[in-house]
Amino acid sequence: MPTYRQWSATRAAQIIAAHLDGEGPLLPILQSIQEEFGYIDEAAEPLIAQALNITRAEVHGVVTFYHDFRREPAGRHVLKLCRAEACQSTGGDSLVAQAEAWLGVRMGGTAPDGSVTLEPVYCLGLCATAPSAMLDGRVLGRLNRSRLDALLSEARK
Amino acid sequence: MTMRVFVPRDAGALAVGAEEVAGSIRKAANARNLEIEIVRTGSRGLYWVEPMVEVETPAGRVAYGPVTEEDAESFIDSVLTGATHTRRLGPTDQIPWLKRQTRLTFARCGIVDPRSLDDYRRQGGYRGLKRALTLGPEGTVEEIVQSGLRGRGGAGFPTGIKWRTVAQTEAPQKYIVCNADEGDSGTFADRMIIEGDPFVLIEGMTVAALAVGAPKGYVYIRSEYPHAIAAMKAAVETARRGGVLGRRIASSAFTFDIEVRVGAGAYVCGEETSLLESIEGKRGVVRAKPPLPAHNGLFGHPTVINNVLSFASVPIILERGAAFYLDFGLGRSRGTMPIQLAGNVKYGGLFETAFGITLGELVDEVGGGSASGRPVRAVQVGGPLGAYFPRALFDTPFDYEAFAARDGLIGHGGVVVFDDSVDMAKQARFAMEFCAIESCGKCTPCRIGSRRGVEVIDRITSNTERAPNLTVLEDLCNTMKFGSLCALGGFTPYPVMSALTHFPEDFGAAPRRLQAAE
Repeated sequence: MPTYRQWSATRAAQIIAAHLDGEGPLLPILQSIQEEFGYIDEAAEPLIAQALNITRAEVHGVVTFYHDFRREPAGRHVLKLCRAEACQSTGGDSLVAQAEAWLGVRMGGTAPDGSVTLEPVYCLGLCATAPSAMLDGRVLGRLNRSRLDALLSEARK
Repeated sequence: MTMRVFVPRDAGALAVGAEEVAGSIRKAANARNLEIEIVRTGSRGLYWVEPMVEVETPAGRVAYGPVTEEDAESFIDSVLTGATHTRRLGPTDQIPWLKRQTRLTFARCGIVDPRSLDDYRRQGGYRGLKRALTLGPEGTVEEIVQSGLRGRGGAGFPTGIKWRTVAQTEAPQKYIVCNADEGDSGTFADRMIIEGDPFVLIEGMTVAALAVGAPKGYVYIRSEYPHAIAAMKAAVETARRGGVLGRRIASSAFTFDIEVRVGAGAYVCGEETSLLESIEGKRGVVRAKPPLPAHNGLFGHPTVINNVLSFASVPIILERGAAFYLDFGLGRSRGTMPIQLAGNVKYGGLFETAFGITLGELVDEVGGGSASGRPVRAVQVGGPLGAYFPRALFDTPFDYEAFAARDGLIGHGGVVVFDDSVDMAKQARFAMEFCAIESCGKCTPCRIGSRRGVEVIDRITSNTERAPNLTVLEDLCNTMKFGSLCALGGFTPYPVMSALTHFPEDFGAAPRRLQAAE
């Protein structure tokens, strides 16, 4: 389970400063901030804008453009289920339904107990061992009902 | 004598337990006081037998698969005593599925230790760069032009022409960018190369840098590939230490370094101009062309942007010569294509072969039909923007022009197999839905058209004014195809229209005669 720090403007400023020498540093900055805090706090946007001499709107635009960036913390675990064609062809849709029913949440949401955030992903490149998923960065292939059940139970703990 | 065992660290193998298998093999060896070296390679690409474990013998490597944790003990005993084993596949080179391939780009993948520059060199690495240094920039560009290599990312643009344009453009700064934003469902060749033979990519990019005079390169890898990102970063570090990246590469006067950049979950960033915007730190919004990236690319400088497989094919072309590569393939599709068989297929994996193999051979003979055992009904070739082909078109040869002539594309070489349980109207709807989710929003046909497309397909399948809505769908597809700025909006009509044309019965329309549907 990934652990994150509490949001801190001081720590965020350090992260930003560490990237300023690179070319086009905005994405690496946002990625490092999310890695540290688990999401990108709105308060990070003006800090980044000032450091890069761009508008806050530009930073906000980038944060909201990319699917990876979270604007609030996720659940304790993140389960990404692949929804792309290769996984559809091997019954991925029924696994999505199973996970949604099990967690009592729709795709994109976090289970009421805060244990798991369920997210769609469009291809993990594991298409010859489909259907596939990723639990906190751990890749999983040849999923079926019982393997997904075991995975959800593990994540719920 | 130390037993040498090879266990893949490829993400596809890890996803089905390769890490656990490596651990249990080590444990079993320790319990027998057996000296063992476990080399973590890439994957050979036979995913239905992953985790596939190989052992070194005097007669070459012998493969076992799919190996489970529980097999570790009996695997070791089988190797030691020569006893038969249910998982034994025989000498790896003799496995028919592998033997039938022509591995040029993937020659070392699954064999070489991806973390060892020495092993890469031992297995022929850096011979391409050596020849490029002898040929000089102009000679190198010519060699690539003559080889007939076309962009393996999907568009199929001649790589050498791209390089020549950048080489001939005067500029104070130039860039080499590798597009490793492999977002197409059913494709994993880029991931496999980066995880299994990353130095071939570094060598290919270095040759490009030498040819066009660029001191800096970027590899943009999608965030969905954490193992590939780690492998690439490690390889770049090793290459710097080994003197093949950085200042005065391979004792020449030439400087080139690579930085790894990670995507942030936007499919559209696989489009080259959107990818450049993303590296620059902007929203991944597509640029209008012209200007071409070759003239005005990353940070406004001339940029060679190629796919992983294009760069990875460069070293062997330089090493063996343009004529050698040109000799494979047919028509204007020269060389080999790493084809990826995926989805509901019995023998899924990486099949590199010369252009010209038919779709039917690929799906039925190589792939062995569906994994479910049900009849194959449709295959989608070329990712989410590729057309669905019915069995009636299985005689189509794998070739850029042949697929285009049948309103399809080979794209990045992914083939996703569907059995007869597939609902093609649902697949068409998904294509529109995916385009709506991933549209960068710059042009109207893509941004709005995809949303309207979902609604129109819903009306068709719910039999709400079906006939006029079928006309609207065709019209909408034409607008998207001819009015969109990039391939996302422009190619989404391929899966939609092919589903409608070849499988009209799934839309509730009368078969084959759309106009007559009532």
